[in-house]
Amino acid sequence: MLAEIGQFALVIACMLSLLQTVYPLYGIYARQQNAIESAKILTILQFFFVAVSFAILSYLFLVNDFTVTYIATNSNSALPWYYRLSAVWGAHEGSLLLWVLLLSLWSTAVAVMSKRLPIESIARVLAVLGLLSLGFYLFVLLTSNPFLRTLPYFPVDGRDLNPLLQDIGLILHPPMLYMGYVGFSVAFAFAIAALMEGRLDSAWAKWSRPWTMAAWVFLTVGIALGSWWAYYELGWGGWWFWDPVENASFMPWIAGTALIHSLAVSEKRGVFKSWTVLLAISAFSLSLLGTFLVRSGILVSVHAFASDPARGLFILAFLILIIGGSLLLYAVQAPKVKSRGRYRLFSRETMLLTNNILLIAALIVVLLGTLLPLVHKEIGLGSISIGEPFFNSMFSILVVPFALFLGVAPLVRWKRQNIKELFKPLLHSLFISTAITLIFLYSFASHFTWLALMGVFLGFWVLSTTCYELCLRATHRFSLFTGLTKLGYSHWAMSIGHAGFAVMIIGITMTQNYSIERDVKLAVGDHIAFEHYDFHFDAVNDLQGKNYTGSVGVFTIKKDDQYVATMKPEKRIYTVQRMPMTEAAINAGVTRDLYIAMGEMLPDGAWAVRIYYKPFIRWIWFGPLMMGFAGILMMLDRRYRVKKSDEEEA
Amino acid sequence: MANTRKIIALSVPLLLFLVVCFFLFKGLYTDPRKLDSALIGQPVPEFTLQDIYDENKQYDASIFKGKKMLLNVWATWCPTCYAEHKFLNQLAGQDIYIVGMNYKDERKKAIRWLTDLKDPYKISLFDKDGMLGMDLGVYGAPETFFIDSKGIIQYRHVGDLNARIWEDELAELYNGMQ
Amino acid sequence: MRNLTLTLCLFLSVFSSATFAASAIDTFEFESIEQEQVFHDLTKVLRCPKCQNQNISDSNAELAKDLRNKTYELVKEGKTQDEVVDYMVARFGNFVRYDPPITPATIFLWLGPLLFILFGFLVLYKQAKNKNRKEDELDSNEAIRLKKILKQETK
Repeated sequence: MLAEIGQFALVIACMLSLLQTVYPLYGIYARQQNAIESAKILTILQFFFVAVSFAILSYLFLVNDFTVTYIATNSNSALPWYYRLSAVWGAHEGSLLLWVLLLSLWSTAVAVMSKRLPIESIARVLAVLGLLSLGFYLFVLLTSNPFLRTLPYFPVDGRDLNPLLQDIGLILHPPMLYMGYVGFSVAFAFAIAALMEGRLDSAWAKWSRPWTMAAWVFLTVGIALGSWWAYYELGWGGWWFWDPVENASFMPWIAGTALIHSLAVSEKRGVFKSWTVLLAISAFSLSLLGTFLVRSGILVSVHAFASDPARGLFILAFLILIIGGSLLLYAVQAPKVKSRGRYRLFSRETMLLTNNILLIAALIVVLLGTLLPLVHKEIGLGSISIGEPFFNSMFSILVVPFALFLGVAPLVRWKRQNIKELFKPLLHSLFISTAITLIFLYSFASHFTWLALMGVFLGFWVLSTTCYELCLRATHRFSLFTGLTKLGYSHWAMSIGHAGFAVMIIGITMTQNYSIERDVKLAVGDHIAFEHYDFHFDAVNDLQGKNYTGSVGVFTIKKDDQYVATMKPEKRIYTVQRMPMTEAAINAGVTRDLYIAMGEMLPDGAWAVRIYYKPFIRWIWFGPLMMGFAGILMMLDRRYRVKKSDEEEA
Repeated sequence: MANTRKIIALSVPLLLFLVVCFFLFKGLYTDPRKLDSALIGQPVPEFTLQDIYDENKQYDASIFKGKKMLLNVWATWCPTCYAEHKFLNQLAGQDIYIVGMNYKDERKKAIRWLTDLKDPYKISLFDKDGMLGMDLGVYGAPETFFIDSKGIIQYRHVGDLNARIWEDELAELYNGMQ
Repeated sequence: MRNLTLTLCLFLSVFSSATFAASAIDTFEFESIEQEQVFHDLTKVLRCPKCQNQNISDSNAELAKDLRNKTYELVKEGKTQDEVVDYMVARFGNFVRYDPPITPATIFLWLGPLLFILFGFLVLYKQAKNKNRKEDELDSNEAIRLKKILKQETK
């Protein structure tokens, strides 16, 4: 009965979203204030019903109602309660329900928190969001209903959640990621509403900026979480694989990064507006495209959901309607936009546009790399694969100009900049960063490679120019410390965000160039040594978990004869699905991770063991965390913005 | 005038998007995991393999010359092969010359399979270690190679053969082969 | 019959996810560290044709094992990295390598971003150069309008 109520709530939410799209727009057309104002209430109601629906599905998971097909296939009574709860979004149907829930959560946030905006604008924005919701509700109800029953023959127990997904990483990663994907819908809706209205001004950029930033923060942290999860859970010891599904999350991120930068220019200087709108449309369109790629089974991926051409066709039709429609609107309306504000060739404006050009070039690399295999096959040239070697080489080329400009940009003024003034700070930074790079490589690198030199240098270049700029700005009027305290949040946000990028670059460079990965055969009592570390294989014990059994290895690690740690990698067999899983043991550190995964037991009683030494891998995730933190700082700054911006503009 | 030009310029994203959609649509109806063989237009690679029934009987690539034929790769561990076996017998009944290659399997099981289900193959190769399979680029059973009378591979079909696929696409291909 | 195919598909999908759950760990012996490195790199750039999107090092599928063994054999014979890749491509096609070959279509992988960058900077340059004049015009237009408005108000 409860499942039917859940489904019914979903149907009501679907109808409300239809109303939310049509009625306010009608109100604007017919000049009816009531209809315009109904947008907010309809949005909140819609959220209420989808929340009820989601709560019911979660409850059904908690009480192990295996008469529901989705639960029977993705849960099991032996599963701990928190995994039963996270299993709600463990597969296609439930994760879509989460998607619509979050979409209406964002819509509601817009409805509740935008009190200062003209009601007509909000009504337009909410109508666009309503249309998006409507599409997804129909998708859930028509092709992917999580409330379908297995009756009359329901199983005694469920088929269990994929063991890979039984992890804290899965509890957090998808909701964060979806918050990001879906969050771009707000920027999208603002852009479409502005285009419909034919009014694209700085106010538009100002309103959509914090929303875009919020979505970007979620996406950044979500991707970082996913990467971290892949690293420790999959037993591969990698952090990015350039799989189509990973690319699907990376593309909106790149577009979003470009967007938050160009929004800043559009807001402050009133230029590039039509470009910014295109980016806002692209960021969300790429989220939608990602959804299509992941759920249609059109590309071969490790992370694919169960695929179905009918679902694919539905999303494709939706894509054409939404993205095609908005791009059409863009082509017709954007030419009317006039840019104001002058700037010279060498100015902050062009610096930020350079950042955008390079980011979009990177986006094109990922987009082409993801979709070209498909096109290649369709035009009869045969199947090809595009993977890590291609992407890595392209990105190591693109990052060079990107990081160099990134270092310079914050030092450059708006409108125009005298090049000569920059010589001194840039020379200083060059000197400092080269020196630090050399010391760094001397201390941490086992051998020299040009790629490592380049990457580490770029990282420190960005770090030192960022610090230099902070000092310059702080000592402009005050002493260093008072000056630093007087800096606005958004200035700190920029500096910390850029520093986070630098940290990530250093992490990636060191991990890519100096990782050691060994597959070895070890019997109990054996040891193996590399990079000053000695791994001693002490014992193998039996393992008994709640829903799995297996073996656990015990290793003692020493560095230069000093005890470092005891590591216990596990080999688990999940009893329901009979699935073997590797639980790698990881000894984490600031400058390196040690990583041990157990393979099979060999006929002679020895074990196949995989041992990794991964220098600076933590930096890869710490960098994005800094970026996420920076985004939050920048949003906090907005509160003071109301008073401050008036002063600034005066 | 200038405005029209601007509209055209700003329509570029829309056009690109529609092109992408065209390919996405086509892609929905092709299986990305079905690969074309890399050996099309090339002769069957050199090999020496035993007969499945008789260890002392050996074959090499010359058996593929002289007439057009199918080379069917199968194994007893492959459920889809079981599904297609009946149809292979039908094809054999229509005087189509089929060579079987038992791929990474056990001889005893394979012989029992052929005795129980009827043997559609004129010659049965036994590729225990998957050596010929590797050279043919076999990546999953069943696969069926279309080989012309000169011993040149013309086509590879991945997955099971059945009446529908045969009539829709493959019969024409087979009949067209020299 | 439909049911049978369905069960088969289900079986296969469960099976394929099982194969990636535990990554493959082999214990090959090599003559030198360099040789081990060549082998290691190769298993990362060769794609398993049977599996989901995985290189032959990460996959535990039967075919990936075969390919690893073959790669090991070839590396032991002293073949270079390119020779091994060519060997695999000759049999399994370009799908097997993660580093795409240059074809009339793949050339856009490199050309596309490059053209975009060139085009982007061209536009940027033109705008920055052009803007001044255009904007001045606009500004003067606006100034005229402003004057008119002011005049009207004073009248």
